Amino acid sequence: MLHRSLQRALVVATCFLTACVAGFNESALRPEGPQAGRIGSLWWFMFAVAAAVWLIVNAFLVWAVRRGRRRDLPLIEPTGDAPMKRSVVIGTGITVLILTVFLVSDIATGHALGSMPRKDALRIEVKGHQWWWEVNYVDPTPGRMVTTANEIHIPVGEPVQIIGTSPDVIHSFWIPNLQGKKDLIPGHTTSTWLRADTAGVYRGQCAEFCGAQHAKMIALVIAEPRDKFEAWYNSQLDSAKAPSDSVTTRGQQVFLKSACAVCHTISGTRAGGRIGPVLSHIGSRTTLASGWLRNTPGNLGGWIVDPQGIKPGTKMPPNNIDPADLQALITYLESLK
Amino acid sequence: MTVARDAAPLREPGDPMTGPDPVAPAIWEEVELTEEDQELRKKLIRVWGDGPGLWGWIRSTSHASIGKRYVVTAFIFFLLGGLEAGMMRLQLSRPENSFLGPDRYNQIFTMHGTTMMFLFAVPVMVAMGLYLVPLMVGAREVAFSRLNAYGYWVYLIGGLFIYTQFFLNTGPDTGWFAYVPLSGPEFSPGKRVDTWAQMITFTEIAALAGATEIVITAFKHRAPGMSLNRIPLFVWAMITTSFMIIFAMPAVATGSQFLAADRLIDTHFFNHAEGGDALLWQHLFWFFGHPEVYIIFMPALGIISSIVPTFTRRPIFGYPVMVMALITTGFMSFGLWVHHMFATPIPQLGQSFFTAASTMIAIPTGVQIFCWIATIWAGRPRFATPLLFVLGFFFTFIIGGLSGVMIASVAFDQQAHDTYFIVAHLHYVLLGGAVMPLFGGFYYWFPKFTGRLMNERMGKWNFWLFFIGVNVTFFPMHILGLEGMTRRIYTYLPETGWGPLNALVSGGAVLIVASVALFIFNFFRSLRHGAVAGDNPWGADTLEWATASPPEPYVFLYPPVVQSRNPLWTEGRERPVFTGLRTDIRDTLVTTTLDATPDYRQNSPNPTAWPFIAALATGVMFISAIFTAWGLVVGSVLLFFPLVKWGWPDRHDQSVRYSGRGEIVEK
Repeated sequence: MLHRSLQRALVVATCFLTACVAGFNESALRPEGPQAGRIGSLWWFMFAVAAAVWLIVNAFLVWAVRRGRRRDLPLIEPTGDAPMKRSVVIGTGITVLILTVFLVSDIATGHALGSMPRKDALRIEVKGHQWWWEVNYVDPTPGRMVTTANEIHIPVGEPVQIIGTSPDVIHSFWIPNLQGKKDLIPGHTTSTWLRADTAGVYRGQCAEFCGAQHAKMIALVIAEPRDKFEAWYNSQLDSAKAPSDSVTTRGQQVFLKSACAVCHTISGTRAGGRIGPVLSHIGSRTTLASGWLRNTPGNLGGWIVDPQGIKPGTKMPPNNIDPADLQALITYLESLK
Repeated sequence: MTVARDAAPLREPGDPMTGPDPVAPAIWEEVELTEEDQELRKKLIRVWGDGPGLWGWIRSTSHASIGKRYVVTAFIFFLLGGLEAGMMRLQLSRPENSFLGPDRYNQIFTMHGTTMMFLFAVPVMVAMGLYLVPLMVGAREVAFSRLNAYGYWVYLIGGLFIYTQFFLNTGPDTGWFAYVPLSGPEFSPGKRVDTWAQMITFTEIAALAGATEIVITAFKHRAPGMSLNRIPLFVWAMITTSFMIIFAMPAVATGSQFLAADRLIDTHFFNHAEGGDALLWQHLFWFFGHPEVYIIFMPALGIISSIVPTFTRRPIFGYPVMVMALITTGFMSFGLWVHHMFATPIPQLGQSFFTAASTMIAIPTGVQIFCWIATIWAGRPRFATPLLFVLGFFFTFIIGGLSGVMIASVAFDQQAHDTYFIVAHLHYVLLGGAVMPLFGGFYYWFPKFTGRLMNERMGKWNFWLFFIGVNVTFFPMHILGLEGMTRRIYTYLPETGWGPLNALVSGGAVLIVASVALFIFNFFRSLRHGAVAGDNPWGADTLEWATASPPEPYVFLYPPVVQSRNPLWTEGRERPVFTGLRTDIRDTLVTTTLDATPDYRQNSPNPTAWPFIAALATGVMFISAIFTAWGLVVGSVLLFFPLVKWGWPDRHDQSVRYSGRGEIVEK
């Protein structure tokens, strides 16, 4: 049996190695903020204790089995039940102790997670839609509110409050490197805090099953230094860039004349649909289709023509657009930085 | 038949272990039946046997026939659920795989969860109980044997119904938990979710029927002398489980009826726009759903407590503590449902309460594990396949138990919740904690079910393939979950880095498939060619081994009287028996709940097809209700007549009822 546990340990080690080599993009084990950091420490503590418990209990089991295999022992224990009684009582005592320590450390961690500085923190409202994220930056001045989708820019080192709601079904917002998840529930408003201490792009998937395209509902949190964040924010406040040449002008006309404008908004134009993500600055985003595709002209064209092939079940219908028009439309949309 | 007829005087109940130390005999002698016994046997077979042919098969209300059917049906659903798991693993074995589309994948994972929880795990455990509890308590039949037949048929119809829908590509696709509003009328139009909700209703009825029978059988039909403190631990586990079913099922019944009403007659229980609440569903569902996990797990604990003494040849250590641990777990399991909802807005203090409860439920399970280890330490283990599965249980289940304690933490659960970490945890608990003991139990009781032993060599291969397969499949999932892989996704991008571990996981699944295939082969081969078992091939201590293998329809030629916790070890062949029951009708003895002293005699009903017909009517009612509310009206009328016929006193089987306390008085 010892031989087996050794083999098991090897399997475990191999798994960890594979994981490290593969280089994960998102991970609860590589915290980049205080929330995920505290949960990470709690995890490693519990993992160490649990591993020790597993080893010790199974060592006792192996010992018990081997002892019983000895043929020279009398059939009835000469010592009676006393040693067994004692060890079960001690084992139970240790169990209670460990569980109590776990409980206390969990409550302490929970307390620390709940007490982030809240004064004039950036507040971002995240709405889960089937299957994309609507992102609204809350500002007391209505003119300074920014609406975007799927990619959330935040300043590094500053606490951010995420306020979650959903207009359709339950989704769950989760950026593993920064913070645990919070459900977005229709009829409820939930709130969570996060802070990124290192600049970078943090990926997360919707964590509550929300229908056909639950798998392709990805959010990115882009943490950048304050000045870069502000520059981005101000650019988002501007109306969408007006077409500057004949191609983009044609592209805009295609957009406004076809079905696009029914569902999408481009500020400064007549397009004011609220069903799909706002596209006023689509050219500045790094991904399309809620994080599933990189934002390249080719992907954008493919998405416009055949969204049902890429994300079956999505609300966006296929668009049969003349190739030249499509080219103009892509150029126009990509120009909306 | 192993028979002993000279009744020894009853010892005082509450004095379980007087007399010689229970020692497992090395050789179990078979006893020839005398001519007189042969006569009695023929007579009893006529009275208790199922009728001949298909009609007899349909009319059967025998707990053994129904129990076997139940186990086999549940196992077929296990295979279907396993095939679904295999398809999911194929789809996820590499990033951006196109083997299954989202619609098919979502149906498959929904069916996998639904099948394993509602059509396999609970029914198979209830079925083992229905088969074994009467044998273990020394009864000839379960209480309410017609209800037993009805329960099985309802379960079968429910399972066939949902699978018919699934094979028609209209299976449910909102998960086995069917969260609203996704499963509500707005976001899941069509009949898919209605199918699911109605299937739940079918299985609820079946589970409630089974639970009622088990509780009554264990409390009122025990052999004289089997006071509460002599009940085998498996029976205690089944009693606790049955009570949990009785208290948990109404919550999901309420939930699924609310959901059906929201969908079919436009109520707004879960519609927040009209004052309903989506979280109400989660509370109702998990108030059932968490005990459900223990409903699956506790019978497995009972199986382990049956296997460990037999294969270590020592009575279980700490019997009273084991019983208390089972009951405590049963109670506590109703106080932790909110740990499935730690990501929803619930006040922190409230969450801490559920963290405390979820953490502390590990104590009674820990105590049981320590007691088993103590039993093994003091015993003389024999490495037969059943014991191997139990040892495998320790290595795997403890991992699941420990990860369970981790995710009881609100903070950590916010990272782990709805990721593959949870998938790993629940499979460690359910495969390690319930399916491994179940396999062990199957090898253990197979000779009792069929009269032949399963092949040991294949059994060992079966175990090792399963053990390694489970660990290779599910251990890496812990890492995947922490690396951000969420549950119920049908595909993922290569840049997530989840590909290599997913390939490894899918490889592990192949081992599990091989293991189960070997089990099936061993099963069919042993049915024909297995070594003939005899009454008690393992030299076990409980009453089911005092019957023939497989048991005759009447089970015990002479109903036994019990004098200790390990009747077959303390009394050997000279076991006292109980006489005075009529042999020309299905006469059974009812004993008192605490001390199991004879209370009165009762007639067990004769076989009849009415439960089957009533189940068909129930099926018509529920299934047609999905399409029109008139289905309920028509169905109720259809159901009325078989129910009346079912309970109608029959001139021929209306036997003399006996009553009186301790004495037999003919009315």
